[in-house]
Amino acid sequence: MLEYQNIFTRVQAVSPAYAGIPLATGNREREGPPIHVHWIGKLGDAQIGPIYLGWLGLASLLCGFIAFEIIGLNMLASVNWDPVQFVRQLFWLALEPPPPSMGLKLFPPLNQGGWWLMAGFFLTASLLLWWARMYRRARALGMGTHIAWAFAAAIWLYLVLGFIRPVLMGSWGEAVPFGIFPHLDWTAAFSIRYGNLFYNPFHMLSIAFLYGATLLFAMHGATILAVSRFGGEREIEQIVDRGTASERAALFWRWTMGFNATMESIHRWGWWFAVLCPLVGGIGILLTGTVVDNWYLWAVKHHVAPVYPAVFAPVIDPSLIPGVKP
Amino acid sequence: MMTSASRASAWIAVIAAGVLLSACERPPVDTVQRGYRGTGMEQVYNPRIVAAQATANTAPVDSPMVPPGGPAAKTVFKNVQVVGDLGVGEFTRLMTSMTAWVSPDQGCAYCHKAGEDFSSDSLYTKVVARRMLQMTQHINADWKPHVAETGVTCYTCHRGKNVPDNIWFKPADDKRAAGMTGNKAGQNAPASSVALASLPNDPFTPFLSGAADIRVIGDSALPVSNRQSTKQTEWTYGLMMHMSQSLGVNCTYCHNTRSFADWDNSTPQRGIAWYGIRMTRDLNTKYLDPLAGVFPANRLGPTGDVPKLNCATCHQGAYKPLYGAPMLKTHPELAGVRASIVPVDAAAATPVASTGSSAVLFFAVGSSALPAEAGKSLDGLIAALKADPASKVSISGYHSAAGDLPQNQELAKQRAFSVRDAIKAAGIAEDRVVLQKPQSAEANLAGEDPKARRVELALK
Repeated sequence: MLEYQNIFTRVQAVSPAYAGIPLATGNREREGPPIHVHWIGKLGDAQIGPIYLGWLGLASLLCGFIAFEIIGLNMLASVNWDPVQFVRQLFWLALEPPPPSMGLKLFPPLNQGGWWLMAGFFLTASLLLWWARMYRRARALGMGTHIAWAFAAAIWLYLVLGFIRPVLMGSWGEAVPFGIFPHLDWTAAFSIRYGNLFYNPFHMLSIAFLYGATLLFAMHGATILAVSRFGGEREIEQIVDRGTASERAALFWRWTMGFNATMESIHRWGWWFAVLCPLVGGIGILLTGTVVDNWYLWAVKHHVAPVYPAVFAPVIDPSLIPGVKP
Repeated sequence: MMTSASRASAWIAVIAAGVLLSACERPPVDTVQRGYRGTGMEQVYNPRIVAAQATANTAPVDSPMVPPGGPAAKTVFKNVQVVGDLGVGEFTRLMTSMTAWVSPDQGCAYCHKAGEDFSSDSLYTKVVARRMLQMTQHINADWKPHVAETGVTCYTCHRGKNVPDNIWFKPADDKRAAGMTGNKAGQNAPASSVALASLPNDPFTPFLSGAADIRVIGDSALPVSNRQSTKQTEWTYGLMMHMSQSLGVNCTYCHNTRSFADWDNSTPQRGIAWYGIRMTRDLNTKYLDPLAGVFPANRLGPTGDVPKLNCATCHQGAYKPLYGAPMLKTHPELAGVRASIVPVDAAAATPVASTGSSAVLFFAVGSSALPAEAGKSLDGLIAALKADPASKVSISGYHSAAGDLPQNQELAKQRAFSVRDAIKAAGIAEDRVVLQKPQSAEANLAGEDPKARRVELALK
């Protein structure tokens, strides 16, 4: 006999497919017969479908596919269309933005960033269309639009990195390449060029929200699992009608850290931490190079960076010594 | 009970983890602190890699030096253009050493065509060897800020091979860059030149052959005039990856990563590396490029350029080539200046170092008792103090990093006191002795370092 476990469980509730609520007039119904996949059920709900894509969803997928193909085929071309090398070198391959010498040229040669601009355009279109779809689907279900706005925060960071900041800097070359290692190397180079991003206060905030969001998520997930034997997973009911699960969880946190969130406020904490991470991160990127050129010197100027005792004999920049070889 | 499906997925997970980790070095690694605590100024060494490198970077046994004198080589042999002032004995020893260093398998015939007179220049290798002799002398005489007195010999790069292991050529133009698709922009490939990063993979042509500006970080907090781009930074980053890999060190060997640009935060090694970059440029453009017409086609690169050198050519994974083995000492002719013969171990370390105006005294572990040789090393300083009644001496005590910090600081102070008492005992008034607490009395290296347990004296 299967038994419900609150860390890993083999219990999977099997129920008839849920067709969804009736939608308002003008909304198309979802299509196709629903199917149940046991393996999908190990991760989430076993039910797949019926599916609704609509014009926004179709357009978004099409734009995303075009961007994916432009990036992928350019990567494949860069290894001479060799599928083996494509797989072996995949993590290193990239589609680079135009060189800085092109500035903000709208139609650079295809192989000198033209493809990158096109991929960026279609990827951006895809993201914005998917955002509109998320917003409209939430509305169609009578939901709030929290998810759409959280997604918008991520899109903001994406747009700052790939569009808004490059435009302000006057060069597409300042944008991020599409590629796995290349975008990581770009990130390190970006921090080096602008004098260490860790001294950027918005970067600091962003990290705090990033780690804070994961911490909150872990605390919340753990709390709910821990009180599931008392019906703790019925969070929504317990927001307005506290049961023993809610009371025990609250008491636990009051005992261990002197303060507790509520069944309702923990979700606001989580949402705001998650949203603020890319939001303030985007502000930090936006200020880099446009308003501040060297974050380390900025931090020294504003007494953020501490001064450590000298350990080595003073080191002098040899290029400043008169008469030294070039 | 595990189903076969979940057992299969467990195996897949184990294999996937193995594949993902296969490029990683296995722990444990050694960490050595060399900056102020808490600043991450640490060197990370993998003892297994270091052990492998240590054997590869051992200097060969050198032949005994021969006395100078006798007829000059240029009067005995024909066509001796570079080291003709050497006595015949020294000259012959140098030729023998060069053969052992560069062409142990082919012998003399690698440069001197068999059956022809030794003076013949018919083999290109001889012309190159002559140029390389001049280059070696130039390095040892004019690039002391980088090679110091350790200097270099042919062996530093060649290691018994005709062509040094680490040379570079300008890469062929990327054909795809001229087409419609797949422009890699000189990067985005796992290139060993930049330690397998996806960074621009030929940082040598612009920085070690050309003199492109390596500095990309601005020197003001706010944007004023620095127009260097993030993409340009990737080129500098690529060069730094090469340097780090060539020397087997981390970024923190030269830089404090809180500010790569700031010299106040950097280590003295950064200054030495700065000269190294200039030296490499100088050698590539003045000594190797001019050999363009000399090398046969099979020695040239894909674009027809001559083989050139970079940091790895000499360093070969060691922070100092051959871990600083002073091969030049027994080959003074390669320094461009003649030196008299001195036994190699005459300059072995003594526990005291002293001149008239400064002295350093080294102490035993946990002890503030004056070392036995202290009297001798203080003599010069005390004489100088007596000669000039207006002069003063400053004393600073230091300690090694091993042990408890407050206790060590007290020890450093006691060491300074015992040196002060010794000077007082020699008849110098106490008010002429200034006890100066150093900004940091700690050692640069973690653990027990004999050079850290010291008192420094300086005449003022």
